[in-house]
Amino acid sequence: MSNREKEPLFSAKNLKLFTAPLGQDNPITVQVLGICSALAVTVKLKPALVMALSVTVVVAVSNLVIAAMRKFIPDRIRIIVQLVVIATMVILVDQSLKAYAFDVSKQLSVFVGLIITNCIIMGRLEAFAMANKPWPSFIDGIGNGAGYGIILIIVAFFREFLGSGTIYGYPVLEKLGIYSTGYHNNGLMILPPMALITVGMIIWFQRSRNKSLIEKK
Amino acid sequence: MENLLNIFVKSIFIDNMIFAYFLGMCSYLAVSKTVKTSIGLGIAVIFVLLITTPVNFLVEHYILNKGALSWLGKGFADVDLSFLTFMVFIAVIAAIVQLVEMIVEKYSPSLYNSLGIFLPLIAVNCAILGVSLFMQEREYQSIAEATVFGVGSGIGWMLAIVSIAAIREKLRYSNVPDPLKGVGITFILTGLMAIAFMGFMGIKL
Repeated sequence: MSNREKEPLFSAKNLKLFTAPLGQDNPITVQVLGICSALAVTVKLKPALVMALSVTVVVAVSNLVIAAMRKFIPDRIRIIVQLVVIATMVILVDQSLKAYAFDVSKQLSVFVGLIITNCIIMGRLEAFAMANKPWPSFIDGIGNGAGYGIILIIVAFFREFLGSGTIYGYPVLEKLGIYSTGYHNNGLMILPPMALITVGMIIWFQRSRNKSLIEKK
Repeated sequence: MENLLNIFVKSIFIDNMIFAYFLGMCSYLAVSKTVKTSIGLGIAVIFVLLITTPVNFLVEHYILNKGALSWLGKGFADVDLSFLTFMVFIAVIAAIVQLVEMIVEKYSPSLYNSLGIFLPLIAVNCAILGVSLFMQEREYQSIAEATVFGVGSGIGWMLAIVSIAAIREKLRYSNVPDPLKGVGITFILTGLMAIAFMGFMGIKL
């Protein structure tokens, strides 16, 4: 990246930072990071959406902060510095969730706290923010948060729709009168194992569309 | 005693860290290629959990909780530091992992050689922080309960990673569709194993 020339805020390069994590460089399906918290919150769309937003905020702002401080952080203690920045952000997110969306914060339980150890955030800080300027780092954070969010929302959509017959809490199947034809919800979908299998399916689908992602062994 | 045994069995089989809560998935997926390394990582996780869970229990009960500082004197009786939980827990874990690494290196070089590379990885393993947070959320009453819960979760985690590693070793000789190779099939296998583990649900001693 040229340091001398002034770049427009949304140059092609910056836009690429945002779009790449959405598809071919997705943090969950391609880089396989941040699975830990991703699967547990996808029973319903609402907690998944809140979780996606929280992670996006945390990763974007910590990227910004670390990128702004990157020249002053001694190399030896950078992990601790990163953890402190992330933990501060997570505490802020957690406290605001408790204040404004208490029921969702109860549903997410420990998984808000586990954003701290979410590998996506540490990974982005190490790989991107430590070597780039604040603005591209911020966009990179938003992009990766969104890429994480998209997978969360796809998984949550299928699990909620097939498992509870609702979309974002709205009883679609009941309104359409599907139940009277003898249809039953698949109770397995809301149990933990199906989250893993759904993500496996998404990876399968994505890799069969995009052959370059296939792992060689 | 019965209560402790119950917590132990429950944390290994029913509330298994991987199959029920997906904690520590990153290292689970990355280090499960051979049985040997996964056993090493599993032991390291149990070891770290054995130390961090009781320490975090003490930290929570004597420093962070509302009124926990009252042993310092009357003036501290209504100090509530619980909003600092995340930061203190992660700091405790990072510090203990560092300490354990140094001690093991000094006193048992052979153990260090087999565990050494995994220890730094563990500081950011979600399973470790997750166990401390679950310990807090479920409000275990005594330090014994917390320790047993920590060790049980560690054993459950090791069970999961060693069994998936064994399956992946065999998988090398089977004909998996190209797009599913690697991560994809591992996810689906873990899902199937999780369904099997659901058979333990409802066990109570």
